[in-house]
Amino acid sequence: MDLSGAEIVVQCLKDEGVEYIFGYPGGAVLHIYDALFKQDDVKHILVRHEQGATHAADGYARSTGKPGVVLVTSGPGATNAVTGIATAYMDSIPLVVLTGQVPLPVIGSDAFQEADIVGITRPCVKHNFLVKDVTKLAETIKKAFYIATTGRPGPVLVDIPKDITDPRIKVPYEYPRSVSIRSYNPHLKGHRWQIKKAADLLLSARRPMIYSGGGVILGNAAEQLTELTRLLNFPITNTLMGLGGYPATDRQFVGMLGMHGTYEANMAMHDCDVLLAVGARFDDRVTGKIKEFCPGAKIIHIDIDPASISKTVRVDIPIVGEVGGVLADLIEVLRASERQQDRDALSAWWDQIDRWRSMECLRYDRNSTLIKPQFVVEQLYEATGGKAYVTSDVGQHQMWAAQFYHFDYPRRWINSGGLGTMGFGLPAAIGVKLAHPEAEVACITGEASIQMCIQELATALQYRTPIKIVNLNNGYMGMVRQWQEFSYESRYSHSYLETIPDFVKLAEAYGHVGLRIEKPAEVRPALEEALRLKDRTVFLDFQTDPTENVYPMIEAGKAHHEMRLAPGVAAERELA
Amino acid sequence: MRHIISILIENESGALSRVAGLFSARGYNIESLTVAPTEDASLSRMTVVTSGSDEIIEQITKQLNKLIDVVKLIDISESSHIERELMLIKVRALDGAREEIVRLADIFRGKIIDVTPSSYVIEVTGEKSKLDAFVQTLPTDAIIEVVRSGTTGILRGERGLHV
Repeated sequence: MDLSGAEIVVQCLKDEGVEYIFGYPGGAVLHIYDALFKQDDVKHILVRHEQGATHAADGYARSTGKPGVVLVTSGPGATNAVTGIATAYMDSIPLVVLTGQVPLPVIGSDAFQEADIVGITRPCVKHNFLVKDVTKLAETIKKAFYIATTGRPGPVLVDIPKDITDPRIKVPYEYPRSVSIRSYNPHLKGHRWQIKKAADLLLSARRPMIYSGGGVILGNAAEQLTELTRLLNFPITNTLMGLGGYPATDRQFVGMLGMHGTYEANMAMHDCDVLLAVGARFDDRVTGKIKEFCPGAKIIHIDIDPASISKTVRVDIPIVGEVGGVLADLIEVLRASERQQDRDALSAWWDQIDRWRSMECLRYDRNSTLIKPQFVVEQLYEATGGKAYVTSDVGQHQMWAAQFYHFDYPRRWINSGGLGTMGFGLPAAIGVKLAHPEAEVACITGEASIQMCIQELATALQYRTPIKIVNLNNGYMGMVRQWQEFSYESRYSHSYLETIPDFVKLAEAYGHVGLRIEKPAEVRPALEEALRLKDRTVFLDFQTDPTENVYPMIEAGKAHHEMRLAPGVAAERELA
Repeated sequence: MRHIISILIENESGALSRVAGLFSARGYNIESLTVAPTEDASLSRMTVVTSGSDEIIEQITKQLNKLIDVVKLIDISESSHIERELMLIKVRALDGAREEIVRLADIFRGKIIDVTPSSYVIEVTGEKSKLDAFVQTLPTDAIIEVVRSGTTGILRGERGLHV
């Protein structure tokens, strides 16, 4: 069959089984948009800013495991997409981003809406391509999907000059069934001998700890991780990206670790003698002071990316491979082993962990007359039965969401962990809702973050994606204010937002429902009402305590055992 | 520690900038970088001379391997290897100094490849340290211009870097 380049792009998406593409038209992609117009299989979601397209595709990808697809024009269309591409890159999210480019003959001439997007995105994509020959277009798109979704996933950009999509030039089309790249062999099985060594070390542990990250979610390995953790009866902590990889309501789960992790998780990390790291990358927000990270522990690290091994922390037993397969092999070896666990040591370790736990480090003032942000998240958790998909932006609200919405399932917690991109939550929620129309989708955000991609409220209306926006409005860039309070003697330099819009009116202007909530007693009823409005996007503007801080906290440069506790909790520890 | 990393990379536009960009983005050192096509037109051979602790070198090789265009690489300085660099050096050669410069070039097995009444261009190949030594041997005021190719290298013996 002979197709034009523009038709090839659309046909490739169909053949790849793409349901939705998120995009914004412009000069360089008009041929492609014309081809899109003539079909109904691939549904196009028109965003209001290209950053929104990448975040929406990202939310779709995170919640489904399928690649998110983006289509934007050249120049500003492409550069606007860069923040979303970098966001996906840092969290290893599979995206295929198609960008228009000026025609081949004028590339390099500073043509109208020309930007070297291949050069600009090179450091924040897994790979990128510039298509120079229409007969290579289908193969290139196939490669893009293959690279984006295999191995350690990531965004792949395909830059398509306008003349490549010329409707008058038709070439034979066949979508390659498979593709192989000699320099890229992503399917890795863990080394048998390393797995055996890891099993022996795990069974010899007296104070073990499992620390798992986003790799477990991306690798669809939550089930294997849960089985292994229960088999060994080990305590487990998740990174911010790993939440939902193990049921948060289970007794063996000690909470998130790191900068705003729980006291018990961080203390257990500090004191453990064997650490099993699964699909986690020893990020600085997790490790704290690297020299004092798990000082007495032998470390096993399972990761698909060899470059993650011993990048910041030297590990004793590295296992490179797909997390799910490695965990399954490890379970098999453990079951077959005759070696016995030291049950007394393990029980003493659990006693210690329970003592740390009994401090209840996440306590906050429940008698306050102001709405506490933690309370809002707790109430959302209860009102949705813990089953919602929750997206977030970046800052204090993100940490409270992570601490107080207990994720029992993978792919329900959608946030920008690595890059920390404000503006992520709303468009991501639209992508999630499209993928899961029957599920409850909430976006926990703050009044600063939400304004970074607020224009996507229009997209939410156009495509009828009813989401519940839980705005924890404290009038400040909360996390900035908190750092300024702790480290800059409360000099709140430009962290106060003086002209906050009336979000109720704003929501209404965009055709949604807006609610302002000012008292703790109104919190639950407002949430219930929002959930009752099944087919409406509801903007819940919670006026929260402006002075509340996120606790506990490991301040920058400190180690796991040097946590700063909430004032009330700290006072009790002094007494004890 | 100085390391010589030999890379086989797809001969595609932008491949060089992926490697160079990786070094600058992650703050690794580059002492020199050479690149040229191989006998297989689809592949380029790149030689990067870098330095760093063992941990950093390990990261550099892993990060390079992660680049989709990188087919294979080897740290040739970990094994018995030969390294060479080409230098073209233009020197002022007047009157009495002309003889002396020829003698020095001979000692370093250099070839004089261009002659004018007042200058020579000398071609010298060898390890970096030999070239450094030659430059230091010449009177500083005699040197007009120095062009060096950067180090390239190959493993000794039968073992080779190929697909």
